[in-house]
Amino acid sequence: MKQNLAIEMRHISKAFGEIKANDDINLEVKNGEVHALLGENGAGKTTLMNMLSGIYTPDSGEILVNGVPVTFHSPADSIKLGIGMIHQHFKLVDVMTAKENVVLGQPSSFFTKGRALSQKVKELSDQYGLDIDPDKKVYEMSVGEKQTLEIIKVLYRGAKILILDEPTAVLTPQEITKLFRVINNMKNQGCAVVIITHKLNEVMEISDRVTVLRKGRSIDTVVTKEVNIPALIEMMVGQKIDLSIHKERQQAGETILSIDGLTVTNMEGKNMLSNVSFTLSSHEILGVAGVANSGQKELCETIAGLTKADKGRIFFEGENIVGKTPRDIIRLGIRMGFIPEDRLGMGLVGTMDIVHNMILKDYQNQPGIRLRRGPCTEKAKKIVEALDIQTPSINTPVKKLSGGNIQKVLLGREIDSAPKVLITAYAVRGLDIGASHKIYDLLNEQKKNGVGVLFIGEDLDVLMELCDRIMVLCHGEVTGIVDPDQVTKEDIGLLMTGQKLGEEETAV
Amino acid sequence: MNLRITKRGDLPKKQEIIIRIAAVLLSIIFAGLILLVFGLNPVKIFTTIIDGSIGSKIRIQQTIIRAIPLTITALGIIVAFKMKFWNIGAEGQITMGALGATWVALHFSDSLPMPLMLFLMMLAAVFCGGIWAFIPAIFKAKMGTNETIFTLMMNYIAIKFVTYLQYGPWMDPNAGGFPKIAKFPANAVLPSVFGVNIGWIMMIVFTVLVYLFMTFTKKGYEIAVVGESVETARYAGMNISRIVIVAMLISGGMCGVVGMIQASAIEKTLISNIAGGYGFTAIIPAWLSRLNAVSALIICLAFAMLIQGGTYLQVSLGISSAVSSIVQGAILFFVLGSEFFLQYKLSFGKKTKGEVA
Repeated sequence: MKQNLAIEMRHISKAFGEIKANDDINLEVKNGEVHALLGENGAGKTTLMNMLSGIYTPDSGEILVNGVPVTFHSPADSIKLGIGMIHQHFKLVDVMTAKENVVLGQPSSFFTKGRALSQKVKELSDQYGLDIDPDKKVYEMSVGEKQTLEIIKVLYRGAKILILDEPTAVLTPQEITKLFRVINNMKNQGCAVVIITHKLNEVMEISDRVTVLRKGRSIDTVVTKEVNIPALIEMMVGQKIDLSIHKERQQAGETILSIDGLTVTNMEGKNMLSNVSFTLSSHEILGVAGVANSGQKELCETIAGLTKADKGRIFFEGENIVGKTPRDIIRLGIRMGFIPEDRLGMGLVGTMDIVHNMILKDYQNQPGIRLRRGPCTEKAKKIVEALDIQTPSINTPVKKLSGGNIQKVLLGREIDSAPKVLITAYAVRGLDIGASHKIYDLLNEQKKNGVGVLFIGEDLDVLMELCDRIMVLCHGEVTGIVDPDQVTKEDIGLLMTGQKLGEEETAV
Repeated sequence: MNLRITKRGDLPKKQEIIIRIAAVLLSIIFAGLILLVFGLNPVKIFTTIIDGSIGSKIRIQQTIIRAIPLTITALGIIVAFKMKFWNIGAEGQITMGALGATWVALHFSDSLPMPLMLFLMMLAAVFCGGIWAFIPAIFKAKMGTNETIFTLMMNYIAIKFVTYLQYGPWMDPNAGGFPKIAKFPANAVLPSVFGVNIGWIMMIVFTVLVYLFMTFTKKGYEIAVVGESVETARYAGMNISRIVIVAMLISGGMCGVVGMIQASAIEKTLISNIAGGYGFTAIIPAWLSRLNAVSALIICLAFAMLIQGGTYLQVSLGISSAVSSIVQGAILFFVLGSEFFLQYKLSFGKKTKGEVA
């Protein structure tokens, strides 16, 4: 029985300052099993796996690999024992080819590149059903290909125990299917696979057993077949939560925002947005789907006046606002709210308190040179109360708050300006389930009040549940605007990779 | 043994103060040990430094005279640093300010009423110091150049330019061939109040002004936001180039005033090392004050005591003023080092063994 265990982690604890990231965690992973590590953001999943891959050392506790107690001093020790971790953010050298990345940092004689290596890479790919061109440069690869390369890299180093940190976060549904096939192949060949995730559907689909973490502690390990999703949620969150997102169909009002032929190029002259046209009405949530960097950021920032459009027009209530700076937009009283992707880097000032973050959008319209804090103090109090923001006081630097509360400060400020259009980029990224649902509720409330919401999302399930229409971007082009009730997730996946839907064009 | 460094959470104010006081005490003990190694009596040295800086009316005046340029320069640096614009060109801005003031002093009639003369000199000093800061600022704003290197290099240009004037066009024909610039006429010399040039009043006024500016004006708020995140500033519709330029004009302008004070009240002429290192030294109190104008004033006064005490050491005991530099260095070492302990916690411990399950 013992021999069958690839990994045992016993009573593992790890603290960062006063925060206990891991507190007495136990984990057992068998050979030939896919083991899901489930938990909300901040539950300690990545910390635990970083200890298994030698990046951190535990404060206390014991790690056994194949039944033998081990101590890692560096990732090299862990790799030697056949443990390979595929990080959420890829660690590849862009200008090198696939095979160069594979041998990078490997003890090999200088001239062993070339054919022999290609052969080895090929063998590995065939063995596990991976699909890669060894001579392709990384910068030419799609996200899916990069991930495949990361997997080959660890397999090449002889990994028999694979750890994948949120591998599906950036993939299209089709790429996810492919990845799961590869994971199953590895499992069938006796590898142990640990997959870190917070997506429940995937846990049910791929894993044999699940270990649930909550607030740094291991709650339980269960056999996947014997549980259902609500039970998993309860373990994850600690209470029963209704996970369905309420969508109230409403008669869409008049068009507020109308984008016509918008084209944006970046510094290298590459088109980030090509001829994008769409409309947004009041009482509507328009979702934007697409793989990462398909032009979502440029779209938001161009509408908000932060990025210059090369071509095209943006009509806000019939008035062309293209070329207006954020300052113009604020001064002209154009009622548009924007929740940028990078909350602390763009939407807020992390070291300043809630009051001073309220001032940010307000002070431009204050007369004179004196900074008036009074009205903003009132506003801060009001928002803290209305949105139930957990903070020691309104004078606490916002970066000290939790992710959900930071987002509420930002959203609260933007909503407070009574916008007609609200642009949100990845509004729930990094937020736990409870906080995410509060954000969805707030957005739905805005919709009810007649606001047109542009919702840039990454989780297709959420987009389909929340939005009235979904626009799909691929390489900066709109590949379709669909009604989520009339298409499947796979259809949207196809649009995300640039393929058009079949004859029965479901455009609305 | 296993040494671990971990980031601290927020320290209670009381503990923070204890650590800071401990740092100062340790630095004095440490400096004392060094002095002992050199065979000097540390107690005597320390009392001499204190006596030399505040022991008599004249010594206090001398200390304040040194505190004036230090404080005003630190204030100028604070405005730039708040924006994370690393202005290490105060030395050059002081020099150029002095140059501007000197040009007015030597080219305008010596029959001008003194207040008008001084006002014009100050205007010229602010202008020249401001220009010297404006050049790196506009390059940074428009082309994204590195301000650290740029401001540093501008120092040497300013100093060498003054040297050129001193040996060339501005050489005083009445100096008997010595490469000197002429002395200022009487109406271009800053008057004294209580035995110290009126720079000390300016020092206090500037401290209050900078404090008010940074805390209570929209511009001060903008500077702080730009310093925290340029992206956020853009998002909030701020005109970043303009903010950078305005802040640097203020920063350089204040340093320029220092040049005017030094040229007018101390040297009564222009020399190439008019800035005397204050432009660099002032970075330390600016930083130690955590960019707070009022704290900067207090720290600069303490610094001036050390400098003045060191000079006195040389005069009264015949000990090189380098000894005072050692004491200064030791204090800085510990005070700056304590910042590390305020943010991180060190723990020693044997490697933890997991219990057997």
